[in-house]
Amino acid sequence: MEESCTLPRAATACITERQDSIQTAGKSRTRIHCADDSLAGSVSQRACVFCGARVVLNPVTDAVHLIHGPVGCATYTMDIRGSLSSGSELFRTSFSTDMKEKDVIFGGEKKLAACIDEVVEKYHPPAVFVYATCVSGMIGDDIVAVCKAASARHNTDIIPVESSGFISGNKVVGYRAAAEALLRLIRPKEGEVIEKTQKINFLGEYNLGGEKWLAERYLREIGVEINVAFTGDSTVAALKRAPSACLNLVQCTGSMHWVAQNLERAFGTPYMDVNFFGPENTAESLRRIAAFYDDPAMMERAEALIAREMARIRPAIEKYRARLRGKRAAIYVGGAYKAIAIIRQLRGLGMEIALTGTQTGKADEYESMSRILSEGTIIIDDANPAELEKFLLEKHVDVMIGGVKERVLAYKLGIGFVDHNHDRKDGLAGFEGAVRFAREVYVTTCSPVWERARSPAPGGESHAR
Amino acid sequence: MLECVPEGKTEHTTGKINPAKTCQPIGALYASLGIHGCLPHSHGSQGCCAYHRMHLTRHFRDQVLAASSSFTEGASVFGGASNLKTSIKNIFKIYNPDIIAVHTTCLSETIGDDIPNIIKQSEIPEGKIVIHTNTPSYVGSHITGFSNMCKSMVAYLAEAQGETKKEQVNVIPGFVNPGDMREMRRIVTALGVKLVMFPDTSGVLDAPLTSKYQMYPEGGTTIAEIRDSGNSEVTLALGAFASNAAADLLQEKCGVTGIPLKLPIGLKATDDFIMAVKDWFGADIPKEIAIERGQVIDTLIDTHFHYQGKTVAIFGDPDHVIAMTEFVITMGMVPKYVLTGTPGKEFEVTVTKMLDEAGITGSRVKAEGDLFDLHEWIREEKVDLMIGTTYGKYIARTEDIPLVRFGFPILDRAVHPLMPVVGYRGCLRLIEQISNALLERRDRDALDEDFELVL
Repeated sequence: MEESCTLPRAATACITERQDSIQTAGKSRTRIHCADDSLAGSVSQRACVFCGARVVLNPVTDAVHLIHGPVGCATYTMDIRGSLSSGSELFRTSFSTDMKEKDVIFGGEKKLAACIDEVVEKYHPPAVFVYATCVSGMIGDDIVAVCKAASARHNTDIIPVESSGFISGNKVVGYRAAAEALLRLIRPKEGEVIEKTQKINFLGEYNLGGEKWLAERYLREIGVEINVAFTGDSTVAALKRAPSACLNLVQCTGSMHWVAQNLERAFGTPYMDVNFFGPENTAESLRRIAAFYDDPAMMERAEALIAREMARIRPAIEKYRARLRGKRAAIYVGGAYKAIAIIRQLRGLGMEIALTGTQTGKADEYESMSRILSEGTIIIDDANPAELEKFLLEKHVDVMIGGVKERVLAYKLGIGFVDHNHDRKDGLAGFEGAVRFAREVYVTTCSPVWERARSPAPGGESHAR
Repeated sequence: MLECVPEGKTEHTTGKINPAKTCQPIGALYASLGIHGCLPHSHGSQGCCAYHRMHLTRHFRDQVLAASSSFTEGASVFGGASNLKTSIKNIFKIYNPDIIAVHTTCLSETIGDDIPNIIKQSEIPEGKIVIHTNTPSYVGSHITGFSNMCKSMVAYLAEAQGETKKEQVNVIPGFVNPGDMREMRRIVTALGVKLVMFPDTSGVLDAPLTSKYQMYPEGGTTIAEIRDSGNSEVTLALGAFASNAAADLLQEKCGVTGIPLKLPIGLKATDDFIMAVKDWFGADIPKEIAIERGQVIDTLIDTHFHYQGKTVAIFGDPDHVIAMTEFVITMGMVPKYVLTGTPGKEFEVTVTKMLDEAGITGSRVKAEGDLFDLHEWIREEKVDLMIGTTYGKYIARTEDIPLVRFGFPILDRAVHPLMPVVGYRGCLRLIEQISNALLERRDRDALDEDFELVL
């Protein structure tokens, strides 16, 4: 292997045009360049509009999710999210119109209509989401019209999702497409009045590893009922009752702020940002929810719950903190809200943050991130693997928090890894989740495998730095 | 309840429900990774490339790098030429590969980008290479994409220097794991014959942890080797769906004789593979290979009563499924349902012929099927064992059938990409997996009084 084939280590590892997308906390206060299209030819970690729409809507459990395009888009998104359901498992079945050359030439509308007819007849779902893909968008299939006709034919909600991949490489645009589909679904019929209740909606909660259920338990204890989550463990019927809520909680701001604003406009429901990642965030969120109801008994119950849970998890957190203190972490996740929550949690475990970045963060979010980070921390937007590698090694990172593509990169560099994305198997939210997260960080950071990797092989060099 | 088949019988006529295939580009991307110093490039939206990398990463548990033209709405309206040219320039400047292997996507195919022309107009540094293949996602499957990229390797790179051929064999391995490619190389080398295998992802996707991170690992077929494939006497095309097209082109372009074979999975297919090398080159079968074969026969005798007469559903990629069907027939099992998601009537013809020759009746065989079809069949009449990809786990769970994971993709188990299923060693591994799956089930289901220490 010639040296020239290994990756350049120096600043050239970063594409010149991308220099404004990387920033060091403390040193500069220039605005980070972000939410832009990725450079052609770069090995980006980003995806597409379809991907963004798909992940937001996928957890609607009793709907059929029909993907109008060649088969790949359906195969790659089959049961990907790890969202759990307490009822129907229909959402885990993958439906594709499997467009062929003939459909691309003559148009795919007929096939789409036939597929809708077949799935409705087979499964009698309360709703069908029909996703546009690159090809169906490019050849101009009018999925809105096909869905409208099919809705009338079957007297069922057939909802188009305008998610052609090429519209943008930024998943946020796909979140919007999904949001529009959701609003279309929940819009009350002419003359239909939906009574307000004391319940809340929980927006941007996808029930990964049962995280919605965790939050639900806390809320129930203080006397708050969740009407429906958008979209973790949701059903079509429950989503349609969304206008009845008295408050919308927003957790994943990237995907759901726009929905919350629209719900406020349409139904007068106020919204509140919350965050259930980490014990402090969870406590703060519960207090603010209780304050919204302005009910002293509820506030008392919230305080009691917080005190009890904090006391319960403290010994475990302390145990991990003792072992993790001073270790160096890198964070690369989808959205800024999650990055900030993870920063707080890792700090709580006595760790240092060496690098943090997101795929879809916005300028003001990067600014608030920069404020809570210590001087010298690298902040990066839409990182490519070369950049991540460079900083992971330069900053002597011990553990990385990220998604599936970062896992292998970290491992190849001999660095521990925790999935905080679709591949996480245990809920990481709430008080229990904080302990699980600490355990996962500990297990990987302090695994004996790194010792084995670094100690010399018989008669040779070590395998890792 | 995780079943995808609703109550009552309904006909499945259009579209796919739980597909048993995926699209062409991922196959082309995988093949490109088997060229040393290559950066695969996806000419389309970013999402395609992200999905392919993620999917391959989940199967191989290793880094998969590929670049994307990052199409936006503008590119889709005005064509992707400028995106591809910029990509090629950026890739050589930043990532510095020896070669870029471009594959298209449904989007760029629908737009109609003329890739060879765009490549001609691109800035390519001295000594660097760009090749391409067309992989419209709405035709064929990931196996077609793999086959197309192999064919393009021949079209762009293979050269015959004069009439005389070298005493060497080309092996086109098919869409198999790096562990399989490593094993194929070992076997041919043990027979004392020089080989050119392309593509070869061993050393790329099964590379050991080294002290430095390499964007282009040591493995992969070198460009010089692929060029030299035109000088070989003979090409073994392993698996008709993945490998025949490249072998046919080598014959046409460079006059290299092509021998189509099954993937060397199972006793007979491995025999055929080894005999093809032996017969052509007059090679001696070395003792180590003879011992391995003897061990397979010995093990088949030791275990035959574990699986004899059991019914099995086999699903996955066509070349894998065809070879596996042959092997389970060898083992005395009954392939009850045989299905691939990839289109191609040859699949049905080949499998049906094998069943007929074995005197097995009442089986169902389908190309371009999906897992809804398979589940519906199993619902009608159950089988004792399923052999196929991770996607079968829902049916296996719902219908309570043991599943032996085999083929691509396997997303819920590790280590498999390193463990060969080809060759005689592969036979031993498959016999072990199949027997153990059935025995585990027997232990699980046994009443206390029937629970045995010795099986």
